[in-house]
Amino acid sequence: MQSHATHRTVLRAAALAAALLAPFSLAAQPAAPSPGPATAAAPAPVPSIFIDRPSTPEAMKIAPPAPPPIPTAGDKLPVAKLTVPKGFKLEVFASGMAGARSLVRGDKGTIFVGTWMVNRVYAVTERNGKREVKTLYSNLFHPNGMAFKNGTLYIAEVNKISKVEHIEDNLDHPPALTAIYTDLPSDEPHGWKYLTIGPDNKLYFNVGAPCNICMPPPTHAQLRRINLDGSGAEVIARGIRQVVGMDFQPGSNVLYFTENQRDWLSEELPNDKLNRLLHPGKDFFGFPYCHQGNVPDPQFGWGHDCLKEVAQPLALLGPHSAPLGARFYTGRMLPAAYRNALFVARHGSWNKSKKIGGDIIVVHLNSDGTVKSWKPFLAGFLVDNNYIGRPVDMLQMPDGALLISDDWNGAIYRLSYGEAKTSKRAER
Amino acid sequence: MGTRRHGARLVLALALAASGVGAAAQNRLEPCLACHGAEGQSQTPEVPSLGAMPEKYTLIQLFMFREGMRAAAPMNDLMKDATDDDLQWFATEIAKLPPPGPPAEAADAARVARGKALAEQQHCNVCHRADFSGQENVPRLKNQREDYLLATLRAYKSAARRGYDASMAEVVQSLQEAAFEDLSYFLAHDR
Repeated sequence: MQSHATHRTVLRAAALAAALLAPFSLAAQPAAPSPGPATAAAPAPVPSIFIDRPSTPEAMKIAPPAPPPIPTAGDKLPVAKLTVPKGFKLEVFASGMAGARSLVRGDKGTIFVGTWMVNRVYAVTERNGKREVKTLYSNLFHPNGMAFKNGTLYIAEVNKISKVEHIEDNLDHPPALTAIYTDLPSDEPHGWKYLTIGPDNKLYFNVGAPCNICMPPPTHAQLRRINLDGSGAEVIARGIRQVVGMDFQPGSNVLYFTENQRDWLSEELPNDKLNRLLHPGKDFFGFPYCHQGNVPDPQFGWGHDCLKEVAQPLALLGPHSAPLGARFYTGRMLPAAYRNALFVARHGSWNKSKKIGGDIIVVHLNSDGTVKSWKPFLAGFLVDNNYIGRPVDMLQMPDGALLISDDWNGAIYRLSYGEAKTSKRAER
Repeated sequence: MGTRRHGARLVLALALAASGVGAAAQNRLEPCLACHGAEGQSQTPEVPSLGAMPEKYTLIQLFMFREGMRAAAPMNDLMKDATDDDLQWFATEIAKLPPPGPPAEAADAARVARGKALAEQQHCNVCHRADFSGQENVPRLKNQREDYLLATLRAYKSAARRGYDASMAEVVQSLQEAAFEDLSYFLAHDR
């Protein structure tokens, strides 16, 4: 396992190399010396998260909101304020899980829930008709990635992927995690992972860019896959800033994934993307040279032909809108029009004065896999430019209902269609 | 001994009353203020002043202490059995304490100017606000104890302290010890 410091050095070396190779571009180091007597030989470089951040009063107001570490009580969840198309019903599935994000289901029906900042993994079980939430693991390193296969739970932290066998038989005494893959950097920025298992029985995950915008080391800004025992690692796509959602299209088995684009370019650019990986091992998605497929970066874009070099996005999903979970719907509960459509959870923007997103959109595809249309499906998480919840991931249940996680409230909702209205709705 | 202790309690109670903290809250806050100081101002080396600290920041830190995500022996023990409601209560009450003030002695104007310039160049004044009063999950820095600020910056750099998010880990990576000293001096002495 490589240390933080090693990667910082690589990162700085890469940034320095980029600056040397592009002497006339806006270099990573600010040109103006800091006012006042200098204490060090050279002014410190501006942190990557602030590169190109304007100092106008309007821009100074914008900062990422941190999810509350305490979950919202079940009876205070905003289900009644969320809107769904006619005939659909939304209800609380489980609550009390601070930071609930990625969702997978075990063979015996346990819902496993990954988190980012609170560093926990939860299990939601049903005993005697009563749903229970249990913290399985805590103090992991941003365990956002969850996958499940043949009784084994796979957990992706920032710097390792682990497994735990027979987990559903041991929920009361969860066994220690067994690391299967540790050849990963420890950088926290975009270090959290989305994990899924492909039709080829391999684990797919991202290694994000360790910055808002920078020349990433060759170990970053990519998708990788490994065998279920951690062997056979391959980089299957490059030039990817950060991914927090992916799924394989039923039938074609092509990998679709959402990608979050850089901050501080402008209010309206770049758009976050929906991509597909047609040529594993070959496709390049643009970072750091080109954003949203066709917008050259003001610093790194010089000399690059975006339309020629970059695998173009299938859809632009709104500037800074933060599309995360992406799941194809194959069930039979929702109307036929939704079968094989792709649902995408837009976590919602922070790098924008007037926020957008905070919804779930439905993407309809053409027979060649390109996007026919997309539109908001479940909305209402954004009220008066503030979040009352933020959707992250989805999970199709055996009955065809769709679970939706909300890391702002620490809850999971259940979306269904055509079921008789229960008294629960009236209680809200 | 007993009288002195009684006297200290009286001072504390008066300070709390003056700062708008209700009588019922005083007893529960007392163990906090024993180290963090009455009137929001810590007199204990490397223990932070908590006055006017944004509620959400305190809530997150208390949560992290309870979960073992941030190591500080007394705080980990004190929060061990706290419920979510307890954490919220402390965060709310602590935010009502009055803001700390700068040290009494005159500051070295050149060092203050140097730290101020650095704080602006590094965009500290964005998330922590132009007056360094903090907001939401971002702590107040103005007139925080210099030794605490310095220790905190060093801990972020060595990854001994991890933030709730990765912002500070990224911010400090390009900074050296001299910058930490100037920043801490300026923030502690800012008037």
